[in-house]
Amino acid sequence: MTATLTPQAESSRPPSLQPHGWLRYLSFSVDHKVIGLQYLVCGFAFYLIGGALAGAIRTELASPLSDFMPREVYNQVLTLHGTVMIFLWIVPVVNGAFGNYLIPFYVGARDMAFPRLNAVAFWLIPPAGLLLISSYFITGAAQSGWTAYPPLSLTTPAIGQIIWILSVLLLGGSSIFGGINFIATILKLRRPGLKLMQLPMYCWAMLGTSILVVLSTPVLAGTLILLSFDIVAHTGFFNPGMGGNVVVYQHLFWFYSHPAVYIMVLPAFGLVSEILPVHCRKPLFGYATMVVSIMAIVVLGLVVWAHHMFTSGTPPWMRLFFTIATAFIAVPTGIKFFNWLATLWGGRISLNSAVLFSCGFIVNFVLGGITGVALAQVPFDVHVHDTYFVVAHFHYIVYGGSVFVIFASIYHWYPKVTGRMLNEPLGRLHFLITFIGFNLCFAPQHWLGLNGMPRRVAEYDPQFAFINQLSSVGALLMAISTLPFLWNVIASAFQGEIAGDNPWRALTPEWLTSSPPPVENWRGEAPLVTEPYGYGVAADELDLKAASGRDLWSSGR
Amino acid sequence: MVLVLGGLWIGQNVNLLPVDASANAPIYDELFRVLFSIGAILFLGILGLVIFSLIRFRRREGQLADGLAIEGNLPLEVLWTAVPAIVVLFIGLFSYDIYERMGGMAPLGHDAMTQTSASASSSVQRVWGGIGTPALSTTTEAALAPPLPVEVTAMQFAFLFRYPQGDFISGELHVPVGQPVTLAMEAKDVIHAFWVPEFRLKQDVIPGQPTVLNFTPTRAGRYPIVCAELCGPYHGGMRSTVVVEDQQAFDAWFAQNDKLSATST
Amino acid sequence: MTTLNPSQAPLEQAGASAEHHADHRIFGLATFLVADAMTFAGFFAAYLTFKAVNPLQPGAIYELELPLPILNTVLLLVSSFTFHRAGVNLRRGMNQRCRQWLLLSAVLGLAFLASQMVEYFTLPFGLTDNLYASTFYALTGFHGLHVTLGALMILIVWWQCRTPGGRITADNHFPLEAAELYWHFVDGIWVILFVILYLI
Ligand code: HEA
Ligand code: HEA
Ligand code: CUA
Ligand SMILES: [Cu+2]
Repeated sequence: MTATLTPQAESSRPPSLQPHGWLRYLSFSVDHKVIGLQYLVCGFAFYLIGGALAGAIRTELASPLSDFMPREVYNQVLTLHGTVMIFLWIVPVVNGAFGNYLIPFYVGARDMAFPRLNAVAFWLIPPAGLLLISSYFITGAAQSGWTAYPPLSLTTPAIGQIIWILSVLLLGGSSIFGGINFIATILKLRRPGLKLMQLPMYCWAMLGTSILVVLSTPVLAGTLILLSFDIVAHTGFFNPGMGGNVVVYQHLFWFYSHPAVYIMVLPAFGLVSEILPVHCRKPLFGYATMVVSIMAIVVLGLVVWAHHMFTSGTPPWMRLFFTIATAFIAVPTGIKFFNWLATLWGGRISLNSAVLFSCGFIVNFVLGGITGVALAQVPFDVHVHDTYFVVAHFHYIVYGGSVFVIFASIYHWYPKVTGRMLNEPLGRLHFLITFIGFNLCFAPQHWLGLNGMPRRVAEYDPQFAFINQLSSVGALLMAISTLPFLWNVIASAFQGEIAGDNPWRALTPEWLTSSPPPVENWRGEAPLVTEPYGYGVAADELDLKAASGRDLWSSGR
Repeated sequence: MVLVLGGLWIGQNVNLLPVDASANAPIYDELFRVLFSIGAILFLGILGLVIFSLIRFRRREGQLADGLAIEGNLPLEVLWTAVPAIVVLFIGLFSYDIYERMGGMAPLGHDAMTQTSASASSSVQRVWGGIGTPALSTTTEAALAPPLPVEVTAMQFAFLFRYPQGDFISGELHVPVGQPVTLAMEAKDVIHAFWVPEFRLKQDVIPGQPTVLNFTPTRAGRYPIVCAELCGPYHGGMRSTVVVEDQQAFDAWFAQNDKLSATST
Repeated sequence: MTTLNPSQAPLEQAGASAEHHADHRIFGLATFLVADAMTFAGFFAAYLTFKAVNPLQPGAIYELELPLPILNTVLLLVSSFTFHRAGVNLRRGMNQRCRQWLLLSAVLGLAFLASQMVEYFTLPFGLTDNLYASTFYALTGFHGLHVTLGALMILIVWWQCRTPGGRITADNHFPLEAAELYWHFVDGIWVILFVILYLI
């Protein structure tokens, strides 16, 4: 049976100019699965670069003096670190990589709505990234932080700043193209018979994210164009010397960059919603409220930007409004978290790496979210704005949140992509070191911020030295933790256990095909999955005696 | 219950802040303790739930069946929408109250307006607000002493303090204990931020926009003034000191530097 | 409705979705235009905030005359109408008529650009003179870029509509529809821009 199938599958390969085998990963492929992996691998490469830059930051900060690198270089490094991590790692990976790989499966399509646009969107990224990195070697990179506030960004060396603007514009363009593609795919390419409310949660997350991308990224593009005019053509939009207004830049910048944080985290929410039910063997709790809360986050996310500017001399009513609006984001986000907890509750949880990373995400993100709500309170923020407290807040969210989810997703979908399992003990080791290193690195930074250490400094008071060293040790642990992961991912691709098509017994459509999937996703028609979370035993079928009592505690070992 | 008490205890007893040295600071610390308590309860609660679930509901050997097919529970979902909403609303109102007491909602630069527009040439100059005079101290102490005006100039990479009443410039900010101070701030080149951690006060100093910040020091000592907004390579070194001293010491220091009474006949 | 089975029928790489393409492209374009509109919205917001907060510095000149921009508005609005006529004619299968209307629209668009140039050269201020001058040029320039693109698109569509051998026919009119949507969008933006820059 298989013997007759295989040659048939071979001969059915479409005769086309697209290369096959591993070479297609370096080509202008229009296959959404190839593009997804391109995003993932490319993003991970940039993660290593961004991580190396973070390593440089932590090395510099291991001692109170500015001794490891010159101060200008420190500012370049931290600007590059922020930009690389956000625009080249988190955003492309949680959106581009997993979105491209999964969304067509989830809507029952054979590819994205605009495959060629999709390929263009990806291929904008490597050049933009290389351009950004190369600016460091040409004339020195931008020095004004990833926020590029004028007038500082107007007075630092122009070439670095211009290159920074260019590459961020390219990356923004890529992300807009991606967003358009996702919206069209989710809304228009659904398999006949598949209703919106039957889609897996990740589709909703991507729909919300893409709406944010389409609405807010162009504003950043416009702002950066104005900024580049100020630098190149000596206009005065943001130059107070010429009557310009620097606070307007901040408003426009954060109008994008606050939604950007949800662009970084909503897809991660979606991914967790896919992973947990499978490994808990339970339906996702509260599907409808999840959908509503995603959309609420999208709407609220667009109207809270000025919480980054509480000390910028905004009028009091504005601060008040933005405090309340920001704090209210905790409500829809909270709904999602409680729903996940309820999904865990009463499940049959396999404690594998994917679940561990997902639960690590829940814990970390809640802490980051709580500090976020604290930051939203104007009087509180006035003290800790632009300190290490903020640095701790957002690393808890972007690293403890998004990056943990990326790892969880890799553990979850690796068998799908390669057809082989990852090594489980190595995965748990990875989790353990990452979790400890991460908390060791960023938890103490809260204290630093409260006690007077500003961010973006290469030198600091000696009294903070010990805590900073703790933090640096944590960073070192995080760097080390990538080793088992890399080894695992590379080695398992060749010698991992064969996974079979559906090792997790999952119900979402991407598992209802072979692993790795064929070029057009399904041999034959796409399956109609109306209940992506139909796990679980109905209550009346359950043997209640087995589910309670002391023997449950002891039988586990 | 244990959780709530534990959270409250942590919030009230673990002190993560430096000493308080302005009329703002105790008010601020009040807010901090409340936030910290609520945060600790929430975090420990969720951490506990996750760990409990992972242990209690983990898949044991030989278990092949699925968990319960619970897809939702409306009352429960309403509950965890309503509770955070109430908590958030409470926090919001509470911090509004705190902010009000710190003087943040005071109409911008009401008393400081006169000075800045006097120094800024003609037209109505827009003054950007940091924080007004804390309501508490205006009623009690400000009645005794009018605020001490100081003009702050921030530039790469230093703060300069000019005392218009004595027409002299100092590199350190000297203020007497208990007297309200009004800072009229201006930046020469790029954005800086004036931050005194012990005062729990921070205000960006934005070029092109005169900014006002009021505070009342309450505890004598020397505290760092930190620039908190990235302003170039030496941003980390842009520091100064605020010296809070008693009235005599301040007067002595002032008389030493005073140019007005020295030059004016 | 036919879903091709890849194991039986060889497909082009992007194969299966090709059947739907036409309307999705319009949808995609519309989404893109939403994004583009947000860029303009950002500029408008910046301009209005400047206006509300930053007074014109003493001695700076920022005066706009109305006649030319009103002419421009009329030009664009009429061109929107002519383009619409072109579309109607194409759908009726009258390619020749359609091309005439298209040409007219293109000419109107180019006339708009020309008159915009005239305005630029007669204005008493230059790009870097002051905040408002800069904003004025940035906004109108960005819009002008859109008009230029649009005019080019019209000309391309015009070329593709040629009766023997043209790509665009009564049943395959995506390019024309796309250009039309885009052109209406650019006009709409102009109206807002006109109100904000010249009237407020
Ligand atoms: C993925 C990224 C991400 C996400 C999701 C968030 C989420 C949030 N952020 Fe964060 N933030 C950043 C990334 C992110 N942030 C970055 C990068 C910066 C710094 C930028 C820079 O200056 O360089 C920043 C800075 C920042 C500031 C400005 C600080 C300053 O510079 O002074 C503020 C202030 O309000 C803030 C608030 C919040 C809030 C309220 C949330 C909320 O969405 C959090 C909501 C979640 C929860 C609250 C947890 C779960 C909820 C419950 C369990 C329910 C019960 C909870 C309560 C009742 C409280 N963030
Ligand atoms: C969005 C995602 C993201 C991520 C994942 C990270 C990850 C990390 N960040 Fe980052 N960070 C930001 C976003 C992010 N950061 C942003 C936006 C800023 C603000 C910038 C600004 O102010 O403008 C910032 C700022 C910032 C600061 C403050 C700098 C300052 O204000 O002076 C610090 C300091 O500790 C820091 C540390 C770290 C560390 C230790 C990690 C670690 O988690 C990294 C762990 C990863 C590794 C260690 C990689 C491992 C691999 C190797 C080391 C192999 C070596 C590689 C090669 C040989 C190629 N970050
Ligand atoms: Cu001045 Cu930082
Ligand atoms: Cu934000």
